Amino acid sequence: MLPNESLLNYYFPNEAEVHWSLMIVIYPYITGLVAGAFVVSSLYHVFKIKAFENIARFALVSAFCFGLFAAVPLLLHLGQPLRAFNIFFTPHTTSAMSVFGFVYSSYMILLMVELWLVYREYFIQKAKETQGVAGLVWKALTLGVTDYTPEAARFDHKLTTFLAAIGIPWACFLHGYVGFIFGSVKANAWWATPLQPIIFLMSAIVSGIAMLMLMYSFIRWRTRQPYDFRMIHNLMVFLWGFFIIDFFLEGLEIVYVAYEHGHHWSVIGPLLSGPLYGTFLVGQLLILSVIPFLILGYITIFDPWGKRLLYLANLASFMLVLQVLFMRFNVVVGGQLISKSDRGFSEFHFEFLAREGVLPAIIILSAPFAVFYLISRVIPILSDEPQTEWPTGIEDQVREKTT
Amino acid sequence: MSTLTSKARRAFLQKLLAGSAAAGLYMVYRHPVVAALSDTKDANATGQAAERDFAFVVDVSRCIGCGQCVKACSVENDVPDGQYRTWIERYVVTPDGVRVDSPEGGMNGFEKLDDETAAQALNSFFVPKLCNHCAEAPCIQVCPVGATYRSAEGFVLVDSEHCIGCSYCVQACPYGVRFINSEQRIADKCTWCYHRVSKGKLPACVTVCPTQARMFGDLNDPNSEVAKVRQADQWDVLKPEHHTESMCFYLSLPRVVV
Repeated sequence: MLPNESLLNYYFPNEAEVHWSLMIVIYPYITGLVAGAFVVSSLYHVFKIKAFENIARFALVSAFCFGLFAAVPLLLHLGQPLRAFNIFFTPHTTSAMSVFGFVYSSYMILLMVELWLVYREYFIQKAKETQGVAGLVWKALTLGVTDYTPEAARFDHKLTTFLAAIGIPWACFLHGYVGFIFGSVKANAWWATPLQPIIFLMSAIVSGIAMLMLMYSFIRWRTRQPYDFRMIHNLMVFLWGFFIIDFFLEGLEIVYVAYEHGHHWSVIGPLLSGPLYGTFLVGQLLILSVIPFLILGYITIFDPWGKRLLYLANLASFMLVLQVLFMRFNVVVGGQLISKSDRGFSEFHFEFLAREGVLPAIIILSAPFAVFYLISRVIPILSDEPQTEWPTGIEDQVREKTT
Repeated sequence: MSTLTSKARRAFLQKLLAGSAAAGLYMVYRHPVVAALSDTKDANATGQAAERDFAFVVDVSRCIGCGQCVKACSVENDVPDGQYRTWIERYVVTPDGVRVDSPEGGMNGFEKLDDETAAQALNSFFVPKLCNHCAEAPCIQVCPVGATYRSAEGFVLVDSEHCIGCSYCVQACPYGVRFINSEQRIADKCTWCYHRVSKGKLPACVTVCPTQARMFGDLNDPNSEVAKVRQADQWDVLKPEHHTESMCFYLSLPRVVV
């Protein structure tokens, strides 16, 4: 179906190329993971949710690893990457994009300072224990302060709480800003909605929590360590909560435009029944949203334990991680498929080896995990004292009987 | 840590900060774009209006779709193949709907309509498209580095030395006139042939148009065709709902055109 009584699929001659392609799909995806992981660490540091004590550090390190690569897709996307620093030197303040460099770099500094505070005691201890070159490296990491007094610990704790607290609005800004970039483009009917920043933010938190769940399970499985089921349950409850808001807003946007039945619907209707039918309606909304929504609801209400909880939590998390990736694709690429001629749709073709192709995207998306692995070889990330043992079988049976 | 070292360190850090700030300010101040902007501000401050204020007029009823304008533009501005600073659309309105096409931007004219479409056609016409050099240009607003700017004479231009090629302007333009030049990898679009106009010539497309469907001139010159068109107030602009203050005025523009 073509929009506006068009008899021929027509797009403007310069619209043959989709200018914001895979790199701009994975850029908000990665910053979303940063924001989401950070929120989890702040749930413990700021909101004192004890269940996440053992993963607060892990969440922070993960946020840092994702953060390191958040700007890489942008660099690959720029036509003139060597001029990237112009955004710092001559920021054009009427443009929302001009704040990117400042928001991103200040957020990374905040993350690094918080990480350093969290690990300072460990660095000092290692610096004292270790000799030779390694000792020097540890000493460098202490930044020359090798005393660790109870007062210092108290101060560190306060400062960490403070940073984690201001980090929340900052992370929201970092990611809400991405949504704003899209939401404020009046030329694009699929993007232009003030809901966009909040949708981006909620989906960011969803992807961050879900990704942490997958990473946690993988690490526990690889290291043959027991799982903390209480924590997993609580994490899934939060995931469900944030996803309900996210899913509701994503649905609201469509329902609103459809009900309003105005100018936007004249192109969005055909977009959803045409080019985005598979990836948006079936993929993002039907399969990747409804199923995890039900699974998470089941986990929250019926409180399954042991392997059942583990499998269900991982299945839901995996689907949500994909859901958000699909969402990024559907927004970024989907919006550009609408021709500004209002009389047709352009086409998007996946490339594999090109600069903005699938392979570079896979490499960039894998890089944070590689860095996480390297960091985990040198500093302890996950606390190894979970509250519950790996299923004994008896507990499972008891729970099944009571539910 | 001794107090002395601490003080020395603090002093050093203060100097470092001050030095960085000064260097940063200097770089911003010295940048050509900023310098140009400051010049404009100075001009405004002294109350001097721009001497010339250019505008473009397209008369849809005169366009025959020959494609000479697209060809001339392509040659004059060295536009890469498959990209267009200007193009022509052919509209065919039938009882069933609207058929729009623009093969190769209309550069080589248009093939004859098939008999069935021709028989059904209620109305058909050609619409030249180009950058509207909007007074409230979204592309200028969104450029994160200030590489796109509006000259005092009304030209919306791209500083090719400064553009980072982020494509935000391409997204923001409601008219689809911008593209990332496939050879230079920077934002590109119609300049109303600024390089020609600044030498007293007309834009290439205006020069070659055999039917005077394209007109260009100074709104401040009451004898110019564009000033007369504007004065007569019978013009339209594309997508007026976007409030971009387009400076490209269309005559005889059917409502069906987007």
